[in-house]
Amino acid sequence: MGDMTGPILEPAATAATRGREIRLEGIAKRWGGTTALGGVGVTVPAGSFTALLGPSGCGKSTLLRIVAGLEDPTAGRVLIGGEDMGARPADKRDLSMVFQSYALFPHLDVAENITFGLRTRGVPRAERRARLGKVADLLGLAPYLDRKPAQLSGGQQQRVALGRAVISERPVCLMDEPLSNLDAKLRQSMRAELRALQRSLGFTMLYVTHDQVEAITMADQVVLMNAGRIEQVASPHDLYERPATTFAARFIGTPPMNILPAAALGATGARLETAAGRALEIGIRPEALRAGAGPWRMQVTGGEYHGADALVEGRIGEAPVLMRVPGQSLPVPGAALRLALDPRDLHLFDAGTGDRVDLPGLAQLIARPEDPAGATGAHAPHPNRKDP
Amino acid sequence: MTRRKDWIWGWLLIAPALVFIFLFTHYPAVMTIGESFWSTPRGGRPSRFVGLHNYERLIHDPTFWQVLGNNVLYAVVTIPASIVLAMVMAVLVNRPFRGRALARMAFFTPTILPLIAVANIWVFFYLPGFGLIDQILGLFGIGQTNLLGSTATALPAVMVVSVWKEAGFFMIFYLAALQAIPPQLVEAARIEGAGRWTIFRRITFPLLMPTTLFVSINAVINAFRLVDHIFILTGGGPDNASSLLLFYIYETSFRYWDTAYGATLTVVLLALLCLLAIGQFFLFDRKVHYR
Ligand SMILES: Nc1ncnc2c1ncn2[C@@H]1O[C@H](COP(=O)(O)OP(=O)(O)OP(=O)(O)O)[C@@H](O)[C@H]1O
Ligand SMILES: [Mg+2]
Repeated sequence: MGDMTGPILEPAATAATRGREIRLEGIAKRWGGTTALGGVGVTVPAGSFTALLGPSGCGKSTLLRIVAGLEDPTAGRVLIGGEDMGARPADKRDLSMVFQSYALFPHLDVAENITFGLRTRGVPRAERRARLGKVADLLGLAPYLDRKPAQLSGGQQQRVALGRAVISERPVCLMDEPLSNLDAKLRQSMRAELRALQRSLGFTMLYVTHDQVEAITMADQVVLMNAGRIEQVASPHDLYERPATTFAARFIGTPPMNILPAAALGATGARLETAAGRALEIGIRPEALRAGAGPWRMQVTGGEYHGADALVEGRIGEAPVLMRVPGQSLPVPGAALRLALDPRDLHLFDAGTGDRVDLPGLAQLIARPEDPAGATGAHAPHPNRKDP
Repeated sequence: MTRRKDWIWGWLLIAPALVFIFLFTHYPAVMTIGESFWSTPRGGRPSRFVGLHNYERLIHDPTFWQVLGNNVLYAVVTIPASIVLAMVMAVLVNRPFRGRALARMAFFTPTILPLIAVANIWVFFYLPGFGLIDQILGLFGIGQTNLLGSTATALPAVMVVSVWKEAGFFMIFYLAALQAIPPQLVEAARIEGAGRWTIFRRITFPLLMPTTLFVSINAVINAFRLVDHIFILTGGGPDNASSLLLFYIYETSFRYWDTAYGATLTVVLLALLCLLAIGQFFLFDRKVHYR
């Protein structure tokens, strides 16, 4: 493997590779009766690493192929670096792409595969050789240059596909689940390498994945999609901390966020609904649920030991919930836990639309001492509250 | 013990196939080679061993050389022509467009038509005076032709029919091969800035090489196996101008009943085909990419 810490290509190359912004405006794609994309608008900032995340079949690949020019949108515009790409075919868009299947040319050896784009664009042989040398060193492919793709391991093939994408130093690089064929360990190390490569070359990366861990760990910005629409565009931190919809809340995090009808929190829930003026659902992450001296009760129904931690299955009111606890403190089924809730850990969603609701004064509403959830003597303040 | 039993079972199982192969392929071939060293039995004269006499006769037979020349010319022209045409047609109908199924069928039709029908259609095209070609030429004020009847044009006229028929057949193989090429390869090439021609030259064509090898071996064999068109179109004439090797063998053996000389010609044809097949394998082997 190449040295990923030092400067990778020449500074001149880095300047030439400075990324371009991708702007999508109202992109729709229909095939006969099926709608793959229904009006997608998003901006991918220049030089950013943006992950396109969503469940299978939500239209990620379709969107990527529209950006690449391999597919025409039914409606909407693609702008790269401020220029409308409408009339430009794939070979004139000045971008590179890594396919999920790698799409290496089976009859060409590794060197020819990597330099294919340079040849079609008429780069002189000497320069091709020089650039190939650098990229091969960088990706640790130097010993394999005269092999055919069939004679390489999956990880090596993947690096060849990567080499073909980065050698031409285009300002935009598209990747469609490039790591999905690799085993867990290789995937982990390739994640770090890809990220480092993108940082050092400075191109704009649009990266499709259905793996939330990949998106969260690699991206500057995550575009979360669902059924042909965008659910949320946010940094990984905000996506986790402030999910915009119940879909986003359930999609990010393992295990997913508990979403309860407000009624499960008894009078507290009713109070929140009155304050918000609509029916609410309340989200709380398993890792945010804590036993404590609060007025809420959780009936334990089961548990799963995971080693470092454990998952407690239970109910709050009628709603099933999961709670993450340290591994050694798994409560027995049948026990009733008292819970403490930090208002900052609560996410409120409109029960009808699923959209996030931000309620000013949430902390006061939660902190009210009367105890409608049925427990008596639950007047103690929350032990781990830091805000007033 | 069981080893030996397996062995016997194995032989028993392939025995029927072997018997038929020996009976109907190897035995006649060997007999033919043997026969070429004997004379043709005629009337009261029985067959006798004549050594290389038949081969000597062959070397001095101007008709043999003419027919061989015809055959080589025929192969050199029709094989590349039908392969190139097949490839072009396959690439054309592999892209999505309206009426694609119809176009594919049209290209393939000549192949599924019975030979007699094909030849009769072309006889009509070539018919002096009334044929389609003459009628079209007539519109431009060009007089009557006799394409099948003159020594200069008889062989080319037969070649056109062959290319017309073979190309559709080979197209099917190319079409199948094209569909086996993952579309991502073409897409990846496009992203890398390759235009249509570059994609064909650097991706599609090399990936079709195994098919080209297969098709061209078939084409060579077909080129030396052709008799049926000639029967109907020209009967080998005029003056052997459109006669090919196998047709000459047929005439020698079954019209003039000179079976020994027919056997000699057959041996030469077999040797020729073997050489060609071996040569092709070695020539292509280096250039063909097998996955
Ligand atoms: N050529 C096509 N014709 C018709 N429908 C298509 C076509 N390509 C994709 N679709 C449909 O469009 C939708 C989106 O497909 P797409 O491939 O973009 O999903 P994806 O998000 O990439 O999923 P995955 O994570 O499984 O790759 C799917 O419902 C799919 O069935
Ligand atoms: Mg996909």
